[in-house]
Amino acid sequence: MNKRPFSMQVDLDMFTPASDKEKEYLVKMRPSSTFFKDGVKRLIKNKIASISLLLVVIVALASIILPMFWPYSYDQQLGLQPGKPVDPSYNNLAPFEYGRTEMKLMEEGVEIFPHLFGTDALGRDYFIRVVYGTRISLAVGFFASIIVLLIGMTIGSIAGYMGGKVDLVIMRIVDIIYSLPDMLMVILLSSVLKVSLGPVIAGTVLEKIGSNIISLFIVFGVLYWVSMSRLIRGQILSLREQEYVLAARATGAKGSWIITKHLIPNSISVVIISTALQIPNAIFTESYLSFLGLGVNAPMPSLGSLASEALKGMSSYPHRLVIPAIVISIIVLSLNLLGDGLRDAFDPKLNG
Amino acid sequence: MSNKPLIEVNGLSKYFDVNTGLFKSKKLKAVDNVSFSIKKGETLGLVGESGCGKTTVGRTILHLYNPTSGEIVYDGKKIKSKESIEEFRRHATMVFQDPYSSLNPRMTVSDIIGEPLDVHKLYSSKKEREEKILELMSHVGLNSEHASRYAHEFSGGQRQRIGIARSLAVNPDFIVCDEPVSALDVSIQAQVINMFEDLQDKMGLTYLFIAHDLLVVRHISDRIAVMYLGRMVELADASEIYDRPLHPYSKSLLSAVPVPDPKIARENKRIVLEGDIPSPLNAPSGCPFRTRCPYATEQCAASMPEFKEVEPGHFVACHRVGEIN
Ligand SMILES: Nc1ncnc2c1ncn2[C@@H]1O[C@H](COP(=O)(O)OP(=O)(O)OP(=O)(O)O)[C@@H](O)[C@H]1O
Ligand code: SF4
Ligand SMILES: [Mg+2]
Repeated sequence: MNKRPFSMQVDLDMFTPASDKEKEYLVKMRPSSTFFKDGVKRLIKNKIASISLLLVVIVALASIILPMFWPYSYDQQLGLQPGKPVDPSYNNLAPFEYGRTEMKLMEEGVEIFPHLFGTDALGRDYFIRVVYGTRISLAVGFFASIIVLLIGMTIGSIAGYMGGKVDLVIMRIVDIIYSLPDMLMVILLSSVLKVSLGPVIAGTVLEKIGSNIISLFIVFGVLYWVSMSRLIRGQILSLREQEYVLAARATGAKGSWIITKHLIPNSISVVIISTALQIPNAIFTESYLSFLGLGVNAPMPSLGSLASEALKGMSSYPHRLVIPAIVISIIVLSLNLLGDGLRDAFDPKLNG
Repeated sequence: MSNKPLIEVNGLSKYFDVNTGLFKSKKLKAVDNVSFSIKKGETLGLVGESGCGKTTVGRTILHLYNPTSGEIVYDGKKIKSKESIEEFRRHATMVFQDPYSSLNPRMTVSDIIGEPLDVHKLYSSKKEREEKILELMSHVGLNSEHASRYAHEFSGGQRQRIGIARSLAVNPDFIVCDEPVSALDVSIQAQVINMFEDLQDKMGLTYLFIAHDLLVVRHISDRIAVMYLGRMVELADASEIYDRPLHPYSKSLLSAVPVPDPKIARENKRIVLEGDIPSPLNAPSGCPFRTRCPYATEQCAASMPEFKEVEPGHFVACHRVGEIN
């Protein structure tokens, strides 16, 4: 003990080593649990989130599977038989009504699949149009969020990584876009794009998707990446300063190792959750753009364009407006609640 | 302990650019012209108040920060080129200050400890990797059952042991211990410090042991260096610094340490520091300590005192070291 002239205040000789039994008592810990398992447990415990998850899954599966074996298709005008004049008795059917030729067949004992929600003004089965519209809306919401994620992630990580002047410039641009009135910008942008995009994409694969949906994606990409990029920049800035990242660098780890082992695993939950919360947002935007006539191209239905068409016959056929409106509400509400539940379960820090 | 220095630090400086306005930035001299060397098997304690640049010294030595100027010589070789830094990192590691943020919450203990092994590919089979990790865990007193657990399931002391095991993974010769016990309870501090000593005896390690608390370093250090505002003000054998501190700042640090013996306590002339430590962004001219030094004169404001050997092995940076002692 020569080396330490003043000795520690704690006299180490006064301590006796713990016996094996005591040690065993000390090392007993609660059963090991991973972050993911914990999160899933918390999510399942959250009733509202579980119900929302169930609803989302049911709606999504129905919109994918039902059109495959439904006897009618979304663009088939039932009154239009080859070689015969249009049969107007199929137009504007109420739920569970049948067209003239169908009634005749039924009298002969042939089973006809009912039109659950009736038909629209052109004699198309309304149920399958709603199902198909749901599919389009969900797909647009999903892909728009992916686009937002990709753009936001790229720009946000550049800002966070480079720092300094690059960060400063990017974040000022973000601030500017943030301060624009987004509804107005969305409407202006998509009406301009709707007109100018048509000739550009003519003849390519993109034409099939329709100029309106493309312009919708562009609008999303241009306007909604800002909050995602802010979030990701913040994540990277705070993770970069964590000592475990420094520790990895101190052992000589390369950039790719640090990104895959440290940065991604620690920010992935935040990123996934905010992408999930972006989906209902995108669905809602798609719906109101379609409602304004800026959405999907006819005859493709989306929930918003269905509601918009139904507006004309609102007093006689109110169910055609109410049904898509209810579906939109269910989807947007349950996706939002699910996103909140995911956030509570996987990222308690983000709360508030 | 041999006489050859294992690591030499010559005139090391690290300045940070700090934004003071939208497009204005200023140099923050976190470490300014610091020199010392550590012999093989020796422990150099580095003390100083919070913010004086201790962590920056440790991190700059390991090239986690690029040195602004100065050189680091390890085992006779200059650490400068990319290859030399890579090679250096297999011999020199670090234990971090914060046992919470220094362990990745998404990795298991065995992956954390095994990270240096993975990075340097220090094993030929999965089995060998596992054996190495278990051996490291037993070195630091961790139970092998803990290997598959996540860091958040452990207490601060256990987490620090995990961090120590990680720093031992490459079988280093030199470890920078950055306040490894500051975040721990006093009773656990003693355990962990004893463990550092045991590991040193067993593996012949050389330490740069950072602390802001003299109580902690005097237990483990052979020599002690005192830093103030990015500069080294005194360096001497541990017992020298305790018995005869020469720099006014070291004296004040020592009078802040509680002394168990009341007789010695009474005899000690206490220096109580007044005022706060100045911001390193606008350090005083001349001697950095002059704003709080009871012996300051005009000369102290005019020129920076040289860091010189006043007695064999005892370095001090003070103009008036001869008069005041
Ligand atoms: N990355 C950085 N960028 C800018 N300034 C920094 C950076 N790291 C440290 N500093 C500044 O350098 C000075 C020294 O910091 P350092 O962390 O080395 O102090 P320390 O002695 O380790 O303190 P503590 O005991 O609190 O850990 C401080 O003023 C700090 O604000
Ligand atoms: S140089 Fe002057 S101000 Fe600095 S420590 Fe010595 S006496 Fe004090
Ligand atoms: Mg520090």
